[in-house]
Amino acid sequence: MAAHEITDRTLSARDIHALANPLRFTRLATLLTPWLLVLGIGLLAVGLVKGLFLAPPDYLQGEVVRILYVHVPAAWFALGGYLGMAIAALAALVWRHPLAALSVRAIAPVGAMFAAICLITGSIWGRPTWGTWWVWDGRLTSMLMLFLLYLGVIALVHLHEDRARGLKMAGYLAIVGTINLPIIKFSVEWWNTLHQPASIRLSGSSIHSEMLMPLLLSALGFLFLFAGLVLVRMRTLIAEQRLEMRALRRAARAG
Amino acid sequence: MKLLWRLVRRDLSLMAGRLGEWLMPLAFFLLVAMLLPFAIGPEPVLLARLAPGILWVGALLASLMPVNTLFATDSADGTLDQLMVRGIAAETLAAARLLALWIGFGVPLLLAAPLAAALLGMPFDVLWLLVPGLVAGALGLAALGVLAAAVTLGARGGGGLVALLVVPLAIPLLLFGSRPEQPGSVGLAVASALLLAAVTPFAAGAALRVGRG
Repeated sequence: MAAHEITDRTLSARDIHALANPLRFTRLATLLTPWLLVLGIGLLAVGLVKGLFLAPPDYLQGEVVRILYVHVPAAWFALGGYLGMAIAALAALVWRHPLAALSVRAIAPVGAMFAAICLITGSIWGRPTWGTWWVWDGRLTSMLMLFLLYLGVIALVHLHEDRARGLKMAGYLAIVGTINLPIIKFSVEWWNTLHQPASIRLSGSSIHSEMLMPLLLSALGFLFLFAGLVLVRMRTLIAEQRLEMRALRRAARAG
Repeated sequence: MKLLWRLVRRDLSLMAGRLGEWLMPLAFFLLVAMLLPFAIGPEPVLLARLAPGILWVGALLASLMPVNTLFATDSADGTLDQLMVRGIAAETLAAARLLALWIGFGVPLLLAAPLAAALLGMPFDVLWLLVPGLVAGALGLAALGVLAAAVTLGARGGGGLVALLVVPLAIPLLLFGSRPEQPGSVGLAVASALLLAAVTPFAAGAALRVGRG
């Protein structure tokens, strides 16, 4: 009987430690999620309507260029999402913050989806402009690597019986995988084969404002959608964790 | 340093006894070099042109073979626990494993490379160009193997997953290493291998501590 009480007490102590912050986080996330999702869909809709119908066609590529309003933001946030995931993994490693570890798991599938959108739209774009669905160009190949790295992180989380251990292992992989980010960034300069170099830089943009505006609107939409989706996943994962702990507590009490 | 060397020697002597860790990858490497002519066709010009790439793909596939046992056996019989209880840093263990694997995988690979080159009709002057890349490549591949073995330690059957973890990170090695005729590409292959070898002991060491539970 005494043994049961001790198990019970340690479990509940751990609960408080792990959930003190997640509870507050969940409240904030619950408040923010609908706003982010609605704003994201709204901005994306405005950006896409402007981009797909109102913006001028490209002087060289014609109407095909309009896929850029989906392709470029997806690429930006597939990369940005990976960086965010790696930083979260590092934070989880250094400060052992339970939410940071969870957010690695929350970001990975969303980022993988964005990378997939980027690869698929790029392939559709490449068919009429380059005459091929796929080339082993530096940018395309390194983007495919990013997608595979996301898949590796997701797989590693689920491979371990112990969820916390899987999260840590996936975090290490995410951190080592950041080697790929500069490769993607500079791939268009190192191997100047087919993919064009960046048009938008910190020093200014070579895109006309009539095309830049819808691109930025749709990028903002993608960003809010990314954040909203990650928050939805975070809440789901936190709820899942709480359910598991409740089941554990119940089992400890019953056993 | 002395400790590191002793660990490397221990790992190497263990590897010598386990044929699966050095002889099998070697056989696998030669098998790839032998089977691809059947798949592509025995045209000497075509084969000679593809040979550097085939050697690299063979080396990459061969490097996946020892991964499953790298830490698993030491973890299962408690050696890993004992070494760590003695206060040896997990990073040191990972670094030792990495060096031992580089020697135990890289040296047989280099010895087999002329044979594979001959099978594919690759001129020896091209092979000479390829060698520095292969030496560095073996280090990079060993690093990735150690990393993959550490993060899948204690997982339920990670065999298939290892390829998914290793292959994307090995692409820079493959890309630069298999084009020795392009200026600067061997340097980039060496640089990416060194980067992987520098990061791996820390990442793998941390993963070992977690994997031990």
